[in-house]
Amino acid sequence: MKARVTVTLKSGVLDPQGKAIEGALKSLGVEGVASVRQGKVFDIEVPGADRGRAEAALKEAAERLLANTVIEDYRVEIVG
Amino acid sequence: MKSAVLVFPGINRERDMARALRLCAGSDPAMVWHTETALPAGTDLVVLPGGFSYGDYLRCGAIAARSPVMDAVRAFAASGGLVLGICNGFQILCEAGLLPGVLMRNAGLKFICKDAYIRVERADTPFTRGYDAGQVIRVPVAHGEGNYMADSETIARLEGDGRIVFRYTAPDGALSPDWNMNGSIYAIAGILNERGNVLGMMPHPENHVEDLMGCTDGRGLFAGLGRHFSGRH
Repeated sequence: MKARVTVTLKSGVLDPQGKAIEGALKSLGVEGVASVRQGKVFDIEVPGADRGRAEAALKEAAERLLANTVIEDYRVEIVG
Repeated sequence: MKSAVLVFPGINRERDMARALRLCAGSDPAMVWHTETALPAGTDLVVLPGGFSYGDYLRCGAIAARSPVMDAVRAFAASGGLVLGICNGFQILCEAGLLPGVLMRNAGLKFICKDAYIRVERADTPFTRGYDAGQVIRVPVAHGEGNYMADSETIARLEGDGRIVFRYTAPDGALSPDWNMNGSIYAIAGILNERGNVLGMMPHPENHVEDLMGCTDGRGLFAGLGRHFSGRH
């Protein structure tokens, strides 16, 4: 199974990198971008076909390493 | 004082740290590789030096914080042992949950490598007894992620309990956004854990311990630690 863990900054946490990217998009003249927040995506291969088990493993991975839950939220998806 | 300096892949300040411990505290540290599962018997002080453990992959200090030796450090801290984390070491302690909060990208986005002025807020800790409360010392910083942040409850507790030990200030000790170079909340440069035996700080006192370095303001930290343990071994 293919899975994806997405890690994003919690709302309210200052994101200077997102702000810099936002500024660069504006200076490029890209229209219609109000704001940018930067995050991370982890594409993960999971063995077997047990969705519940895969989700539990990915949640553990996110909680214990992939995200710092002081400042970050995460989302786990099985993508196929 | 029996000291131990932890060595993680990508750390590069461990030898400076060992030299500062020898010069200022008379302690020849054991260098402890990250795969060890125990600290040397009789260790009094564990130091996590600066550098770029695991290339700062994922988040600064995140991977080192999950290495085998950190379980031993956690047990050591729980039994009251002194733990000092400098720069990447501070980031590792936060990621390991031994200190609250997190060190985010500097507010100005740039890596900052210059001398900082930091005010010693308390002299009644084993780490700061070599200084006077309110004393301003000049200590170099070299980091891209030193912008300390925690939830407002944690910050209020740190402030209320007097656990903010070092703050970035002007040379005269005045708080000013101009001198809080990385944007840390409350100009935090270093904090203590609740029990007072784990200290994390971004500046590098080990860089200012010899005349040749142009400043010896960092000596007090190591000399104070040495005095804290003198007579006990």
